[in-house]
Amino acid sequence: MIQTRRQWLGAALIGAASGAFASGRARAQGAAGPIRIATVGPMTGQYASFGAQMRAGGEQAVTDINAAGGVLGRQLQLEIGDDACDPRQAVSVANQMAARRVPFVAGHFCSGSSIPASKVYAEEGILQISPASTNPRYTDEGSWNTFRVCGRDDQQGQVAGRYIAENFRGKRVAILHDNSAYGKGLADETRKAMNAAGMQEALYAAYTAGERDYNALVSRLRAANIEVIYIGGYHTEAGLILRQAKEQGMNVTLIGGDALVTQEFWQITGAAGEGTLMTFSSDPRRRPQAAEVVQRFRARNIDPEGYVLYTYAAIQIWADAVRKVGATDPRRVAQTLKSDGPWQSVLGPISFDQKGDVTVPDYVFYVWRNGSYAQI
Amino acid sequence: MSASYALQQLINGISLGMIYGLIAVGYTMVYGIIGMINFAHGDIFMIGAFVSLIALLLLGAGAGLEGPAALLLALPFAMAITALHGWTVERIAYRPLRGSFRLAPLISAIGMSILLQNYVQVSQGARVKPIEPVLAGGIEIARFGEEVVTLSWIRITIVLTTLCALAALTWLVTRTPLGRAMRACEQDLKMAALLGIDTDRTISLTFVIGAALAAVAGAMYLLFYGVIDFFIGFVAGVKAFTAAVLGGIGSLPGAVLGGLLIGLIETAWQAYAPQHLTPYKDVAAFSILALTLIFLPTGLLGRAEVEKV
Repeated sequence: MIQTRRQWLGAALIGAASGAFASGRARAQGAAGPIRIATVGPMTGQYASFGAQMRAGGEQAVTDINAAGGVLGRQLQLEIGDDACDPRQAVSVANQMAARRVPFVAGHFCSGSSIPASKVYAEEGILQISPASTNPRYTDEGSWNTFRVCGRDDQQGQVAGRYIAENFRGKRVAILHDNSAYGKGLADETRKAMNAAGMQEALYAAYTAGERDYNALVSRLRAANIEVIYIGGYHTEAGLILRQAKEQGMNVTLIGGDALVTQEFWQITGAAGEGTLMTFSSDPRRRPQAAEVVQRFRARNIDPEGYVLYTYAAIQIWADAVRKVGATDPRRVAQTLKSDGPWQSVLGPISFDQKGDVTVPDYVFYVWRNGSYAQI
Repeated sequence: MSASYALQQLINGISLGMIYGLIAVGYTMVYGIIGMINFAHGDIFMIGAFVSLIALLLLGAGAGLEGPAALLLALPFAMAITALHGWTVERIAYRPLRGSFRLAPLISAIGMSILLQNYVQVSQGARVKPIEPVLAGGIEIARFGEEVVTLSWIRITIVLTTLCALAALTWLVTRTPLGRAMRACEQDLKMAALLGIDTDRTISLTFVIGAALAAVAGAMYLLFYGVIDFFIGFVAGVKAFTAAVLGGIGSLPGAVLGGLLIGLIETAWQAYAPQHLTPYKDVAAFSILALTLIFLPTGLLGRAEVEKV
């Protein structure tokens, strides 16, 4: 119910805005002038902290590319789209971007948004590189236009499942998910890998995203003597579940996926977040290729955490491929991306397979300690 | 499932239900007196939560106050500012439409709801606002062998504050001249005006009181869950409105009873339904509402009377 009302409002506003813009802008994407590209993610709503990461990464990438002379002698101009992590709004923003004739979108964030939006982009001839959507279906069902610079949940889930089986053998593990494309996908992959490693979960359940009160669920976990909670879901709910679990006196370890990589997680949990584990790629901020860019972010007082550098890399790689092709034609750029790797980026060298997935994903474990997270 | 589990879930349900009940009182009071559903009330509650947050942060950063002392200062502040919002909404959106056709204030209420949400979204940002736990810890209230049932301070605070607020409201309605005026307006607005009661002032004060209670609920919500955003008023408002209808709209004890019931049903569903069905607690709550209304069309404690709407 929550979703519907917000969406109607959002759709109405976007409809009105795009109507006003589309006519004036569709013609503008001509031979001269800047090349307009877009990054789309949750700029509002409860996952807005990730949208802010994408915006920061996208803006810096465009600034840096323009400072170095642009692409094919033209400057880049960044459009920001807001899908609020909502599948229906994602489709409407995708159409809006198509009306503005962008050849390339760095986005979206949530898998549930990226997947439906990719169908629109495929029809409209737009190339899409997601910095963050990890659900396998995004590229498995995707078409010529879908790429990602992050890993996949089957890889992430395998790492998580094996880790739990190795380090928490004999403990009572609950696997929870929020029924989203990302959350359920990740929880199921983790469960599969854990079961394959010879360990069974004590409880497997879903919860409703967007709620605040998870006390009943927590009491249920407590009655089942759960010692480890694996959550396939986003940081707000994961943080609240952990906070309420500690409040009820449970002594649990929370394990999550890459959606916990934001300072907001700690702001929600406070000290209760101590010791929380999560899977994420090995810290891109520490890679030598990123050093110079990281400095530029720090100079602007932005911590390039989470998906900032991923968004940066998506745009950087696209720009390189365009230079190589000598045109922005999305289909030719897509072919070149797959055939002409590896591409040098702030994430290090990246090559794409035929589906558009990165060939060498690396998931490692991070732990939250004292308000910040570090690789273990 | 053991007795300690049932007791713990009962505690969960009561604290959730108390918050619903506090908000529901605001719906029911306004309905009782002018027969309209104030759809902006959920957003007034959200404003209450934000003002409490701002007050707590200011007290923490400015005066170094934390814990119960900060709460005691922040609560009246939040109630005052939120009451001001409630008064303003009534003054600019409902009073000019009082003589108009019935649906006009309803539409205007939906408009105010959207306006308040956007106003907070723009002024405070769209991101969630977390707060570190203000009251930590709790006490052990029962022990069944190995299993311990705990009651956190924050839950005790919620229940006590709610009971105090409701006691104050009951006293106000039954024992004071303002309460008498409110009851008179509720029975017959025109007749009350003929007898020299300033009905506009009485209605304004009803909105002020409802908003102050919503601020208490907002503060409790903030302390309990620790995370708020500009959108919380919608879900909470729908639940509280449901509670008011279930209890019998127009009835003060009914609103609290309805709130408690909705909280308990939701919790019981999550506690005892099969694992794969737990996310469907709203279906359970609304089914019970539908069944109740089929057999008791005026709600649990509502009076049967000729409907104005």
